[in-house]
Amino acid sequence: MIWVDTVIQGILLGGLYALFASGLSLVFGIMRLVNLAHGDLIVMGAYLILVLVTILGLSPFLAALIAMPVMFCLGWVLQKFLLNRTLGDDILPPLLVTFGLSIALQNALLETFSADSQRLPTSALTTASVQAGPVSLGVMPLLTFGSAILVIVALNQLFYRTELGRAFRATSDDPTTASLMGIKPANIFATATGIAFVIVTIAALYLGLRANFDPNIGPARLIYAFQAVIIGGLGSLWGTLLGGVIIGVAQTLGAAINPEWQILAGHFAFLLVLLVRPRGLFPRAND
Amino acid sequence: MSILSLKSVSKSFGALTVTDDASFDVLQGQALGIIGPNGAGKSTLFNLITGNVRADGGSIHFEGRDVTRASAMERCLIGIGRSFQIPQPFEKLTVYENLLVAATHGRNLSEAIVRDDCADILERTELIRRANVPAGRLSLLERKRLELARAMATQPKLLLLDEIAGGLTEGECQALIRTIKDIHARGVTIIWIEHVLHALTSVVERLLVLDFGKVIGLGDPEEIMASREVQEIYLGIEV
Repeated sequence: MIWVDTVIQGILLGGLYALFASGLSLVFGIMRLVNLAHGDLIVMGAYLILVLVTILGLSPFLAALIAMPVMFCLGWVLQKFLLNRTLGDDILPPLLVTFGLSIALQNALLETFSADSQRLPTSALTTASVQAGPVSLGVMPLLTFGSAILVIVALNQLFYRTELGRAFRATSDDPTTASLMGIKPANIFATATGIAFVIVTIAALYLGLRANFDPNIGPARLIYAFQAVIIGGLGSLWGTLLGGVIIGVAQTLGAAINPEWQILAGHFAFLLVLLVRPRGLFPRAND
Repeated sequence: MSILSLKSVSKSFGALTVTDDASFDVLQGQALGIIGPNGAGKSTLFNLITGNVRADGGSIHFEGRDVTRASAMERCLIGIGRSFQIPQPFEKLTVYENLLVAATHGRNLSEAIVRDDCADILERTELIRRANVPAGRLSLLERKRLELARAMATQPKLLLLDEIAGGLTEGECQALIRTIKDIHARGVTIIWIEHVLHALTSVVERLLVLDFGKVIGLGDPEEIMASREVQEIYLGIEV
């Protein structure tokens, strides 16, 4: 029975990794920009929520709701005035700039909040659990997983059912032709990054509620996000969720055998998938 | 009334002059054909008219308005539409979505308003059965039709066609000519660059000949084709 429980915990943990990865996947899918500061942005989001909770005395959920529009604007401005200028035929400039951003963010957070680890305040809700047959499930992991599914459904609707989504896909296909049709790629990219930052905020909320965080944990979150995206196959959001689940299950199983093997088991699962399916589980037809 | 007027337009890429003091007018509702050997500067002339390339000198007026410095997007919004020599559809979007993007963004209108128009254009360009197919899966004729349909979706007053008949079989070519004639009959002014001469002359009322960036002939298609100068330069025949 303990194994069933472990696997279910792993699946639910996968929801958190899928949340880490969705924003990364969105930005990469639309503008082929690999944002190396993604993990640090999640950590920054968690600190923003923490500040709102501390100063305004709000619940973390309410604070995240307020943080979302703030983060959207930050993402929009960052893309419009910095990252757009790095985009072009050469893939190196965006990598260098976001890598620099990652270091700058870590140091800024360290300077502002010190290296002490923090946690968003827990309430009765965050420690509650429900009994499903023989297994007991934490309400928080369930909420996390549910949110991941909601985010993915919402993104798919946005992409395939709205005018903005069509502009996203048209721009991703061919920015030059899109601009001849009256689309402004610079603004489309800015909006996409804004939306990615909203998802980052949701990821930050669950990260902060689940575990301690400090200014240095960003890069590891980035790795999990990358692994989830790559296992799923670039560009497939449901694939990204499955990628998150595979890493989550591998980690909880590894931890059940020996607590020291948790992280390592996730990386092994990643390598294993790549050995069998080098292009991920659901690769796009032409990339 | 002339819808488009070029006055002494010139363009050089480095030492190479690709458009040399080009002046001509296109009348409202007219169909003008442009011919010339490879490298004569035909596509550059189109790029100058659509704003993809800026003129070094001279002026371009559209409907009496000076558009010499206007961006490609501005020109699209005021009614200059084009198709490309090599079809450039959004491959992952469906045929219908390709049109919607052009119509909503090219005209600054909401989807609800342009939906019927787009369906109508798909009907006229005989793409309606392929409406929900990703554009990347279309045949060459269908891609050319999509180029035409997409240009139409921006509701151009002036439509520029760049070698749209190239690479088609004779039957396909005839089908495409029907569609272009239909568009022309609705009052859209057309400028058409084409190597497939019989396709061109079955539609256009005037013909312009370009050689080394210079306009060397402009007038009735039959007279132009019969002129000694054109036969020598364009067809390479010693007369």
